[in-house]
Amino acid sequence: MVRSIEPVSATDAVARRLRDLGFVDGEPVRIVGQGPFGGDPLLVQVGYTRFALRRAEAARVIVEGTP
Amino acid sequence: MLHLALVGNPNCGKTALFNLLTGARQKVANYAGVTVERKEGSFTTAAGRSVRLLDLPGTYSLDAASPDEIITRDVCLGTVPGEPRPDVIVCVADATNLRLHLRFVLELKRLGRPMILALNMMDAARRRGIVIDVPALERRLGIPVVETVAVQRHGADALRARLDTAVAPASAPPADLDLHAEVRSLLDAAVTMPNRTAATDEALDRVLVHPVFGLAILAVVMFLIFQAVFSWAEPLMDGIEVAFGALGEWIGPALESMPLLQSLVVDGIIAGIGGVLVFLPQILILFLFILALEESGYLPRAAFLLDRLMLKVGLTGRSFIPLLSSFACAIPGIMATRSIQDPRDRLTTIMIAPLMTCSARLPVYTLLIAAFIPERTVAGAFNLQGIVLFSLYVGGIVSALAVAWVIKRLRKDKSEHALLMELPSYRIPHPRDLAIGLWERAMIFVKRVGGIILALTVILWFLSTFPAPPEGATEPAIDYSFAGRLGHALHAVFAPIGFNWQICIALVPGLAAREVAVASLATVYALGGNEDGLQAVVANEWTLATALSLLIWYVFAPMCLSTLATVRRETNSWRQVWIMTGYLFGLAYLASFITYRIALAWS
Repeated sequence: MVRSIEPVSATDAVARRLRDLGFVDGEPVRIVGQGPFGGDPLLVQVGYTRFALRRAEAARVIVEGTP
Repeated sequence: MLHLALVGNPNCGKTALFNLLTGARQKVANYAGVTVERKEGSFTTAAGRSVRLLDLPGTYSLDAASPDEIITRDVCLGTVPGEPRPDVIVCVADATNLRLHLRFVLELKRLGRPMILALNMMDAARRRGIVIDVPALERRLGIPVVETVAVQRHGADALRARLDTAVAPASAPPADLDLHAEVRSLLDAAVTMPNRTAATDEALDRVLVHPVFGLAILAVVMFLIFQAVFSWAEPLMDGIEVAFGALGEWIGPALESMPLLQSLVVDGIIAGIGGVLVFLPQILILFLFILALEESGYLPRAAFLLDRLMLKVGLTGRSFIPLLSSFACAIPGIMATRSIQDPRDRLTTIMIAPLMTCSARLPVYTLLIAAFIPERTVAGAFNLQGIVLFSLYVGGIVSALAVAWVIKRLRKDKSEHALLMELPSYRIPHPRDLAIGLWERAMIFVKRVGGIILALTVILWFLSTFPAPPEGATEPAIDYSFAGRLGHALHAVFAPIGFNWQICIALVPGLAAREVAVASLATVYALGGNEDGLQAVVANEWTLATALSLLIWYVFAPMCLSTLATVRRETNSWRQVWIMTGYLFGLAYLASFITYRIALAWS
């Protein structure tokens, strides 16, 4: 479950877009796959949608709870 | 006349709905001053009212992050000059993905414009057991809601009928409303969903984005595409060639009394048109694959698999789609880079797009491979000529990656690039959408190259015909023409890489479009007194070293002015055009020089 999104700066467009895409507090998330090279990017399911997120982008999503 | 705009998240089936509503009545152009594709069509409502429909680029948010999204936002707001503010906004949402798509609906409502929500893909939603209480949703949202199924013939009838009733402006929700919380409460009130994802998506993704199987499947898919482009297109191309040859022979005698006009029509115009149309089969086959992969949802998966690899050389997985399109033609490929949000990634992708072997290079490759590489089966199944062709493609790709890597090193700004890419549900491409997409691509190709190539073929015919040789001339007529002189002058530059003067002449009109070069060679040789097939002439008169050098030249050379013009338009900078031209020319000359010298030393 998403606890929060941590912007890396005051004008973090990536963090804003993550929120628009549904990465908001209390939303269930699940990692369903990884890229073939170095496990990057991650294939993340949030809500009913799957997104490819690079690890640096996914690092902004703070999660809590167990899988 | 009712002005309607279709908006929605990417992958909501908006374009399929647009195709269903408007059929073939579509116009594709660009928005004034920017390079975002503008698609407009028309249809009539159930009561016979005529409607102009605009298909706006898909966007996740009005907080626009790319030129496409800015256009969508500004058209909805009515701030684009020369673009009427839509009377009604039709927001399309995928009924199987309402958690994401309803948020955008609420955001659009803030504009306070008359608005209809089209719940698309209702058939897929029903199959997955999703139950939507439409009247409740309508009540909660305060805007009309209709169900649509873009892949069924009558799937948009409800929308058509609804347009006959006036649509009131949406009441803007309070500015401080938490849209995500509101979406959740809407879903709780009106939607029952048994599962979070479709079982087929789960199963397919387990294989198709698997680190090993996924990559293997991707490699097989790419290889099959190229084998298909090479072998399926051949009979069609042969047919076109035969037809145009026959046309020339049929018209020729009628003009016998006017030899100059006869020469212009047969050697200039008919040969030129035939030379354009002969590449249509390859372009259509390649785009059929690209469109089918795009519609099915596979292309973003391919981008996902390749992202890390492309990131290493300073690109993004999103670059994959424009670069793949560049295999058909760099121009649509470069235009497709608009979907890359990061301007640096976009510029790098544009810079290397011409290194993807476009279909216009195929005729040159085909001619030389057929003339110099024996037709032999290797390892039981593969055609040796096909393998050489494949290597030329790989050569282009490898050098593109190297160039991208160098650009990344040279770049000063090293801040983060974003990926953030949706992997949509898999779906079976609808024949109508494929047919309309293919038709658009074919028209773009014919319109773009048709005029240019025809004009250049005629100019070349002029250059190779005038001035006429003097009385008692001993050399072929072309030797005395403007083209002959130009070719001889360029010969000094290109002799070190093994080009003869006929090649040098053909390179000049080839600047407008690469495929012209073969037509020009044919013209140069045909007018020079060689009536045999060009392939036989080339096989007899060129050395293997020259042929290899020309093949390599075509991997790199900035031989297409249309591409450079597109780069100018897309980057809005002459500087980028000169950088691209310079580096491609340098690479081409160097690589051809090395190839020629090695081939000479070995033979």
